[in-house]
Amino acid sequence: MNRLAMQLCGVDFKNPVIAASGTYGFGREYNEFYPISRLGGISCKGMTIREKLGNPPPRIAETPDGMLNSVGLQNPGVEHFIEHDLPWLRQQDIVVIANIAGGTEEDYAAIAEKVNEADVDMVELNISCPNVKAGGAAFGTSPATAAQITKIVKEKCPRKPLMVKLSPNVTNIAEIARAVEAAGADSVSLINTLLGMRIDIRTRRPILRNNKGGLSGPAVFPVAVRMVNEVYQAVKIPVVGLGGIATWQDAIEMVLAGASAIQVGTAMFADPYAPLHIIEGMDEYLEENGIDRIADLVGGVTLW
Amino acid sequence: MKYTQEICPILQKDSLNRTTFSFVVQSEKAVQTMQPGQFAQLRVTGKTLRRPISVCDFSREAQWIRFVFEIRGEGTAILSRLNEGDSLDILAPLGNGFAVNPAEKAVFVGGGIGVPPLLGASAAYGANATVLLGFRSLRAVILADEFQTNGADVRIATDDGTYGHHGFVTELLAARLEESPCDAVYACGPTPMLKLVSAEAEKRGVRCMVSLEERMACGIGACLGCACKTRREDGSETYSHVCKNGPVFDSREVVWQ
Repeated sequence: MNRLAMQLCGVDFKNPVIAASGTYGFGREYNEFYPISRLGGISCKGMTIREKLGNPPPRIAETPDGMLNSVGLQNPGVEHFIEHDLPWLRQQDIVVIANIAGGTEEDYAAIAEKVNEADVDMVELNISCPNVKAGGAAFGTSPATAAQITKIVKEKCPRKPLMVKLSPNVTNIAEIARAVEAAGADSVSLINTLLGMRIDIRTRRPILRNNKGGLSGPAVFPVAVRMVNEVYQAVKIPVVGLGGIATWQDAIEMVLAGASAIQVGTAMFADPYAPLHIIEGMDEYLEENGIDRIADLVGGVTLW
Repeated sequence: MKYTQEICPILQKDSLNRTTFSFVVQSEKAVQTMQPGQFAQLRVTGKTLRRPISVCDFSREAQWIRFVFEIRGEGTAILSRLNEGDSLDILAPLGNGFAVNPAEKAVFVGGGIGVPPLLGASAAYGANATVLLGFRSLRAVILADEFQTNGADVRIATDDGTYGHHGFVTELLAARLEESPCDAVYACGPTPMLKLVSAEAEKRGVRCMVSLEERMACGIGACLGCACKTRREDGSETYSHVCKNGPVFDSREVVWQ
């Protein structure tokens, strides 16, 4: 019996561990360490309707227990993905989630139509990338615009379960989650990165050429747990938890907060095998605690 | 599987000067497919990111890899405190190295902590290698005697004139290229140096390979963090990635900033 097997929006996963968008490319690189099919799913690098070159370097700055990035959605465009990366990914026995982003409503509509016809299992809607000036996070920071984009994408992409990735750079994340649920989202994933900045005290310039970037890594984990729990209580659709998960203990904690599945990102930079260690540790935890299915643990925290 | 994570015992630790360290580590797996000019990602206890360190030299037969690095910040300071008997957790071999051809006459140009990867790359060239090394001052000079032991013609420049030529290593390059023809230039060092080296080589129509550096996260081409501007064959510009497309690039591809 596979205790870790679960379903998300009708899609079967062999385990609830998904590679987070932007940290795992389209899977080919990590497949040079181990077969990526050992993971439950992959959320592909965020894609736009046309190729995007991204931001000038430096794009990376280390922070206490974390890092900032300002990659800026560099990607080859959705058609390149469908032609060159998707056929290979489809052979890997892993749930394929297309992460889509845009700068305008028209961009989102156009890319949604493309992925609707593509052989992907789910769509993750990125309305929360902090590194692109037009759109991106701007759509994700108000309930009205978040709902509007969700509605457009759901209409143009009716064949795929839609997971909306939420920004933590908001006052009330539960309110945004309720808005996208009402607009037709089948699931929400959170959190995207927190906006941050580092300054080089010798040059008195920001380390990132983009000045600001998205903070990820263990530093953001408690923020993510709190937000996942708030959203879990606010909506009926399943929640996918991410943000700073590095160990199986973190993953179990996130599930207890309310996550039906979890995503791992930054932890892989220190340890490419982190998702595999997490899967193993979660399975042992379930066995030791006599839990037959991971689903039985979701939202299992008892609040004071 | 192209990449390996390996726990490598430190066989020998030396300090080359106050801030530069040499670690020879034992490797069974990663060393098997290693090429000169490639790099490894070294795990640093307590840090979110690994540190990309170039391979100075290696031996497939004797199963060792040598890393020479400078203390640049907290991460490399932590690494420098490891000792013989401790281990390094490495991801390797990463990136594209120098495509070497020891039958050719080649000039190797290194600046500061850019010098180490040239040692392994130039080793097989013997007297076919001219090695031009630039340092801030005499106290910063590293590895010069080892290049000499390999049979290379070694020439040194220091910024303050405390050793060798008083001036920049690029001046040594111009003089060397005037003397006699060479087939290729291989360079590693600070960006302003690489830019000048490339211009000097390109002016004379000599093939030039440069090893670039950028702040890096994954080290394998997944996160797209370590961007560097390059020119495509059709002339348009794009961002390539130092970890996967490099660290060694043909100088004509690089769009210098």
